Amino acid sequence: MEGWLAFALQVGPVVVLLVSTYFIGSAVEARHFRGLRMRELRSRNFPIATLREVPEGWKVEECGLVSGSCVISLDYFKRFVAGLRLLFGGRIASYETLLDRARREALLRMKESAHAAGYRAVIGVRLETSQIAAATRQGGTAGVEVLAWGTALKLRAP
Amino acid sequence: MILSNTETVPGRTIREFFGVVSGSTVRAKHIGRDIMAGFKNIVGGELKGYTELLQEARQEAVDRMIQQAQSVGANAIVNVRFSTSNITQGAAELFAYGTAVRVE
Repeated sequence: MEGWLAFALQVGPVVVLLVSTYFIGSAVEARHFRGLRMRELRSRNFPIATLREVPEGWKVEECGLVSGSCVISLDYFKRFVAGLRLLFGGRIASYETLLDRARREALLRMKESAHAAGYRAVIGVRLETSQIAAATRQGGTAGVEVLAWGTALKLRAP
Repeated sequence: MILSNTETVPGRTIREFFGVVSGSTVRAKHIGRDIMAGFKNIVGGELKGYTELLQEARQEAVDRMIQQAQSVGANAIVNVRFSTSNITQGAAELFAYGTAVRVE
């Protein structure tokens, strides 16, 4: 009986944390995706391209560097599941969505800052992902940073 | 100073090359931000403190690169690249580099 109680006290908090972060984390993620879709729709007329050259016929008046970045991390539950995946191998869906969110957010921020500065398009877009801190020990920060940058263009009227 | 990450400055002609210029900064996160980030790390989502920290740091790296370009007499930097490296737990190096040029 004593042993069971000690076991429950030890495991209980972790289970509570896992269950609660499952719900909170999913809600946070769903809200982020909703926001991303809305903002992507709003900025769909703003062209961005990975091309390194200005498309023919465009008269460039001014150019400048723009960037957008985002540091994002997984919730406790998803990190736990990802940890299990590392044992069995296979696809880690939670990291896939994490990186998807980070990339889309970074690209949107780049677009929005370019738009706010009066630019009309961005070319030469590059994306870079870096792990800013490793979750080596318990409680380590498992954040990834995605940086998007490119050359923004102001166009002259043809 | 005009910055671009393409081979040329769109709409201008490059007259002179000055070689590679670079700027870097090494930053550690401070404890207050780390505590907030630790909390955010449980529920997931964006770590705003870190995003801002890295943005500020990257801006500083870019400013240093621009200073170096100015000191050699350039008025633009083309092909700007960024790189981030994790030196130790809790510190990151932000590095910006590009080719200094004079454009007309």
